[in-house]
Amino acid sequence: MAEQELNQANSRLVRRLLIATVAMFGFGFALVPLYNLMCDTLGLNGRFLDIEQGKYEVSSGPMAQVDNTRVITVEFLANVGRDTSSEFRPMVHKIQLHPGEIKEVSYFAKNLSTEGMIAQAVPSLAPGKAVKYFTKMECFCFNKQPFDAGEEKVMPLRFFVDPDLPKDVSTISIAYTFFDITKNEQVNTGRSELASAQPVLPRTSVSH
Amino acid sequence: MSTVMSHDEHHGPAKGLSRWLFTTNHKDIGTLYLWFAFIMFMVGGAMAMVIRAELFQPGMQLVDPLFFNQMTTMHGLIMVFGAVMPAFVGLANWLVPMMIGAPDMALPRMNNWSFWILPFAGLMLISTMFMEGGGPAFGWTFYAPLSTTFAADSTDFFIFSVHLLGISSIMGAINIIATILNMRAPGMTLMKMPLFVWTWLITAFLLIAVMPVLAGAVTMMLTDRNFGTSFFDAAGGGDPVLFQHIFWFFGHPEVYIMILPAFGVVSHIIPTFARKKLFGYSSMVYAVAAIAFLSFIVWAHHMFTVGMPVAAELYYMYATVMIAVPTAVKVFNWTATMWKGSMTFETPMLWAIGFVFCFTIGGFTGLMLGVAPVDFQYHDTYFVVAHFHYVLLTGAVFAIIAAVYFWLPKWTGNMYDETLGKWHFWLSMISANVLFFPMHFSGLAGMPRRIPDYAVQFADFNMWSSIGGFVFGASQLIFLWVVIKSIRGGEKATDKVWEGAEGLEWTIPSPAPYHTFETPPEVK
Repeated sequence: MAEQELNQANSRLVRRLLIATVAMFGFGFALVPLYNLMCDTLGLNGRFLDIEQGKYEVSSGPMAQVDNTRVITVEFLANVGRDTSSEFRPMVHKIQLHPGEIKEVSYFAKNLSTEGMIAQAVPSLAPGKAVKYFTKMECFCFNKQPFDAGEEKVMPLRFFVDPDLPKDVSTISIAYTFFDITKNEQVNTGRSELASAQPVLPRTSVSH
Repeated sequence: MSTVMSHDEHHGPAKGLSRWLFTTNHKDIGTLYLWFAFIMFMVGGAMAMVIRAELFQPGMQLVDPLFFNQMTTMHGLIMVFGAVMPAFVGLANWLVPMMIGAPDMALPRMNNWSFWILPFAGLMLISTMFMEGGGPAFGWTFYAPLSTTFAADSTDFFIFSVHLLGISSIMGAINIIATILNMRAPGMTLMKMPLFVWTWLITAFLLIAVMPVLAGAVTMMLTDRNFGTSFFDAAGGGDPVLFQHIFWFFGHPEVYIMILPAFGVVSHIIPTFARKKLFGYSSMVYAVAAIAFLSFIVWAHHMFTVGMPVAAELYYMYATVMIAVPTAVKVFNWTATMWKGSMTFETPMLWAIGFVFCFTIGGFTGLMLGVAPVDFQYHDTYFVVAHFHYVLLTGAVFAIIAAVYFWLPKWTGNMYDETLGKWHFWLSMISANVLFFPMHFSGLAGMPRRIPDYAVQFADFNMWSSIGGFVFGASQLIFLWVVIKSIRGGEKATDKVWEGAEGLEWTIPSPAPYHTFETPPEVK
C-alpha cells in the first residue's frame, strides 16, 4: 500500500474502532436498565412486580377461595441499612397460613437518632419464583416513612399468598432492609435524577 | 494518529533517556513493555510472598488482616493489569510487525502513549497503599458494596488508575488491529498469518469489546461513591448483584485476553522443536475464534452462588462446559504436533510443554468449577485459587517466559545460558506444582480464600504451598540473570536461531536491526 493510502486506511479503521469503544462504554451503562428489565420481566431477584399492570395473570383476588389443603410458612426478617440509626424488627417472626387467606402482621421501627429522618424499607423475597404470588395489599414499604427524633411506629403489612403458588414452595421468606434516606431525599431535590438512580421501590398502589 | 514512516529512516536509536521517553520504534516499545511487566511481576510476586509467609502457619503471625487483604487485592490487580497484559502487549510490539513483514506498528506515536500511561497508572495504584486507610482491600474483583460503601478513600485513585490502564490497553489493541489488518506484507493473507498474530488479532477485539465495560463499571463505582447515584446501592433502588454481572461481563473475556496470546506463543514453539508443521493450523484459528465468542456468554458462572434461578444456572453451566470443546481442539493439536516429531528439549520447548501439561490441569479444574451444583462447594475456596493459578501462572506466565527464551536470541543477538535456563524451568515447574497442587486439597476440604488465618487441619497443605511459593519466587531471579547475561553477551545467535524455526522474523539478522522490513518481503 502506498503511504497515503495506508494513512487513510489506518484513520478509517481507527475511527471505527473508537466508535466501537465508545459504544461498548455505553453498553456497560445499558446493562443497568437491561438488568432491571430482566429481573422485572422474569420475576428474578425477589423484586416486586407491577402485577396491577396486567403483566402477570394472577387468577384469584383476595376473595378467591382459600386453599385449606396447603399450609405455607411465611418468615419475616429485618435488617437495618448502613448509617441508619434505628431499631427495626418484625413483631412476629413466622406465621403459617393457607393460600388465599389474608393476614396482617406488623413491623416495629424506632428512630434512635436525635434528629428527624425519612426512612424507606426495601423488601426482598425468597425464593424468587414466589415473588409474583405474594400479594401485598398494604405495606409500610409502599411509602417513605417520616420519623421525628425518637419516634416509634408500628407499621402494618397486609398480604395474601396466591393459591397458584407453585407446589414445591412451602416457605416464603420476606426480608425488609430499613434505610435512612434523609440524605438522598435532600440530594435528589431540585435536580433531575439519573434513570438508574431513581428509587424503584416506593410504590403507592395498594393493588400489589 | 498519522503513520510515521518516511522520516528517521536510516539512523539508529537516539542516545540516553530520551531514546526511551520519545521512542516510536516498535522494538523499543516492546522492550519497555516487557521490562515494565517484569518489574510488576516482581512487585506482585513480593506481595504473594507476604501472603505465603502469613499462611505458612495457622494463626496470625506477620501482618494485620487489613494489610493481608491489601496484599491479596494488589497481588491480583498488579499481576493481571501490570504483569500479564503488558507482557503480552510487549511481545505483540516486538513480534507482530516482524512476523507480518511490516516496518513498524501502524500508529507509532500512539504506541508511545499507550506504553507511557502504564508506569503512571501503576504508580498511582501502588501509591494507594501509602495513603490513609490503605489501598484496595476488597479483592481484585472489587465487588460492590465492599468497594463503594466500605472502601477507603484511596479507592478513587484506584478507580482512576483502572481508567488509565484501560485507556492504555484500548490504544494498544487499536494499534495492533490496525497493524495486522493494514500492514501485512503482500501475499500474507489472513489464513497465512502466524498463529501468534491470529491470537493477538482476536485478543485485541476482545479488549476493545470489554475494557470499555470495565471503565463503565468503575465509573459507576465513582459516581456511587461521590456523586449520590445508586447503581449498586439497594437503598436508592440499585443492586449490588448488578455490579457482579457488569464486572464478569468484562472479567470472563479478560481471562481469555490473558490466555489467547499464550496459545499463539505455544503454537510457534512446539512445531519448532518437534520439527513438524502444526498439526492443524485452521482448526487452531477457528478454535481461538470459538473460545473468544463463547467468552462473552458464560460470565455468570463466576457467580453461581449469587441466587440465580435454576434455568440460568443450567444455561451458564452448559455454555461454560462447551468451552472445553475448542480448548481440547487446541490441546490435542499441540500433542498431535509433538507425536512422532523429532523433538529436542531446549528451554523454550520445556516451558511450552510445561504450559500444555499445567494448563490442561487448570482446564480440567475449570470444568469442575463450571458444573453449577458442585461449584457451590468449591466457590470462594482455595480450589478456585488453584484453578486460576494453573491457567494464569503455569499457563499464561509460563507461555510468556517460553516466548522470552524463544525470541531472546533474536532480540539480543546472543544465545541465553541453556544450563541456567533449564535450572530456571525445572525449579519453577516443580515449585509451582508444590505451591498450587496442595491448594486443590485444602480448597476441597473447605479452606476459604482471601483469609489470613485458617483451621489447623489445613496446616500441612499450607506449609507445602508456602515452601513452593518461596522457591518459585526465588527461581525467577535466575530468569532475570539469564536475560541480563544474554543482553551483555554470549554465544552469537544465527539468523534462524532454531533449526526448525519458521516465519519472517527468522529471516532478518540477529539481533534484529533497529528498522526491519522497510521494503516489504514477498510472501508466497
